[in-house]
Amino acid sequence: MDKIINIETAMSFIHDESVLMIGGFLSNGTPEHLMDAIVEKGYKDLTVIANDSGLNEKTGIGKLISAKLVKNLIASHIGTNPETGRQMSEGTLNVTLVPQGTLAEQVRAGGVGLGGILTPTGVGTEVAKGKNVIVIDGKEYLLEKPLKADVALIRGTFVDEAGNIYYDGTTKNFNPLMAQAADTVIAVAEKIVPTGEINPNHVMTPGIFVDYILEEE
Amino acid sequence: MNAKEIIARRAAQEVSNGDVVNLGIGLPTMVSNYINDDVVVTLQSENGILGMGGLAAEGRKDKDLVNAGGQHVSVQKGASLFDSAASFGIIRGGHVDLTMLGALQVDKEGTLASHIVPGKMVPGMGGAMDLVAGAKRVIVVTTHTAKGAAKLLDKVSLPPTAVNKVNRIITELAVIDVEEDGFKLVEISPDTTVEQVQELTGSPLKIDENLKIMNIA
Repeated sequence: MDKIINIETAMSFIHDESVLMIGGFLSNGTPEHLMDAIVEKGYKDLTVIANDSGLNEKTGIGKLISAKLVKNLIASHIGTNPETGRQMSEGTLNVTLVPQGTLAEQVRAGGVGLGGILTPTGVGTEVAKGKNVIVIDGKEYLLEKPLKADVALIRGTFVDEAGNIYYDGTTKNFNPLMAQAADTVIAVAEKIVPTGEINPNHVMTPGIFVDYILEEE
Repeated sequence: MNAKEIIARRAAQEVSNGDVVNLGIGLPTMVSNYINDDVVVTLQSENGILGMGGLAAEGRKDKDLVNAGGQHVSVQKGASLFDSAASFGIIRGGHVDLTMLGALQVDKEGTLASHIVPGKMVPGMGGAMDLVAGAKRVIVVTTHTAKGAAKLLDKVSLPPTAVNKVNRIITELAVIDVEEDGFKLVEISPDTTVEQVQELTGSPLKIDENLKIMNIA
């Protein structure tokens, strides 16, 4: 199966009200190219699951926030993008703040067939509100449910034509986790290479998780 | 020497040879500037680094390698890079020896409020809740008061970031341990008195029988 698509085809998987997972940490490892395309299309009322809302209002997920395309945001941190806070105060954007390690495990659980995870993080805080507290060997844990998405938008440094991904530097962050947790996974590559060019020992996301590939422009 | 430098210099003495340390953004990050050269420390960055170095020099920036504040950094020899689930596995799993972070408020039970002022400042907890829940030792580094108001209290009034987790507090005036029965003053700045420190602290201080003068050389 040919996984390489163009940006127009990539956009055909996204609609108003889509639930998107978007990789990256303060825009590092975020597929900017797809953010620009979504803004151009103007899809509305999106739900975005991501670590944060961009390094600022002009990069990464910040572009979607600034264009007012996001209705629900599930993230660990929004402090670097003041526009997110403004829309939250105005009541036009629902923000659910989740501890970063919990968010990572919820996404991972969604992708690997787990019914949830038990974490000590957030016990005794507002994060615990409405959640089951489970005691194991005398210690309290919160039951956190898995997260899934319609589409995951991720970025790799090298992606081969079979979808195998190698990530450079700190761009892994949420990308390999999200690659497992969505119905459709679209990976943007800094460079697409022929199948077999990436040494199997260096593959960080196995190609079976990746449905479509396109190259950064 | 300003208050922040005093705090950072004193806090640097808490780092032991061989420690894995995670430093929060801002003042805690300053601490790394003052760690003694003969102390070998492995800095952990929540976005997926063990063995983080200093800020990358101009012209030597790797576009794909940033710290948890989105700044370009270097890595030390022997460093490793990983995804967010692995990073928070390290954090939550008790593999970080020491974390230092700032606080809006901290109380005599070791409960910390650092991530939200409802209606005013809502940046999100990022990785702070996981760090405080999982690190072996938690040190709060903060100015003793905020605009004259006490930050060290009987009970935090802001939503807690973690409950009963802080071990020690370092301010420009004092080093205070959190014990079962409350705050204990263990070191004091040469520029103040026990009475003054007590006046600026919103909870009774026990005085350590071996009360020392803070050494900030």
